Amino acid sequence: MRTAGYLFIGIFFGIVMYKSEAASWFRIYEMFQFDSFHMYGIIGSALLLGITGVWLIKKKKLRSFSGEPISFQPKEKGFSRYMYGGILFGLGWALAGSCPGPIYTLIGAGYVSILVVLIGALLGTFLYGKLKNRLPH
Amino acid sequence: MEYFSQPWPWYIAGPLIALVMFLLIYMGRQFGMSSNLRTICTMCGAGKTAGFFDFDWKSQRWNLVVVVGAVIGGFIGAFLLTNDPAVDINPETISTLNELGFSSAGDAYLPAELFSIDALTEIKSLTILIIGGILIGFGARYAGGCTSGHAISGLSNLQLPSLIAVIGFFIGGLFMIHVLFPIIF
Repeated sequence: MRTAGYLFIGIFFGIVMYKSEAASWFRIYEMFQFDSFHMYGIIGSALLLGITGVWLIKKKKLRSFSGEPISFQPKEKGFSRYMYGGILFGLGWALAGSCPGPIYTLIGAGYVSILVVLIGALLGTFLYGKLKNRLPH
Repeated sequence: MEYFSQPWPWYIAGPLIALVMFLLIYMGRQFGMSSNLRTICTMCGAGKTAGFFDFDWKSQRWNLVVVVGAVIGGFIGAFLLTNDPAVDINPETISTLNELGFSSAGDAYLPAELFSIDALTEIKSLTILIIGGILIGFGARYAGGCTSGHAISGLSNLQLPSLIAVIGFFIGGLFMIHVLFPIIF
């Protein structure tokens, strides 16, 4: 039953990613050229609702579907890993024109070449795991 | 039905993404797509070579189900809900891209110069796709999250680390588009 729930959420997410064109390489390029409000509108409106909703959940101490208290894990403090990692991710996001969510979406949309990006992303993740202890965090 | 087959505007898509995040929060989870890459590495046996991958991947099975859903959703979006996949980007963006050699700008969902089957036989486009992927995977794990984990989940929870990461995303992205693209293409 829960598995069906996750599957449904994933399908919904995939449709939204494709139909909003957030999975389009062209939209990412256009965003970094500041030529359109589209991507900023998507991220901005999601964020506005996100901030409000998270605040409400905390304030009203709302519980999950299964009745557990909802807790938010704070991110570990730091600067280097977020800045350096962020910059590297941004370089890849702009070059391949997709982030992890859209990579999965585009596989379903039938773009075989995106599998090359996925293999690269897995390689990159593996590489990070190997080098983790030698990197500034 | 006509409305559905059009591209969805930002004011529909943004709130729906927030809804995805809240559904996962109400399931007792966190919205984040890049952690699945680590899970897949572990499933492939990476735990034997690096401690980073030595964890119980079954605890992340729910998120892999979300990934399978996202693939199915991409199929539905592309083949059942779309007649014309051309992305209607700004004419100025189109002319900038034309000058860089992307003649498919304005006529396609992804640039044929990088993503068509023909492009797979060319060393240059293949290298670009694989390096792009490596940067995405390495950067996301180094930063501890990607667009969903930091820009949506983390910032919604007002996390300073997520703000630093998102600033990093934009520094990297702007540098790639404005400085490196004219050199690469």
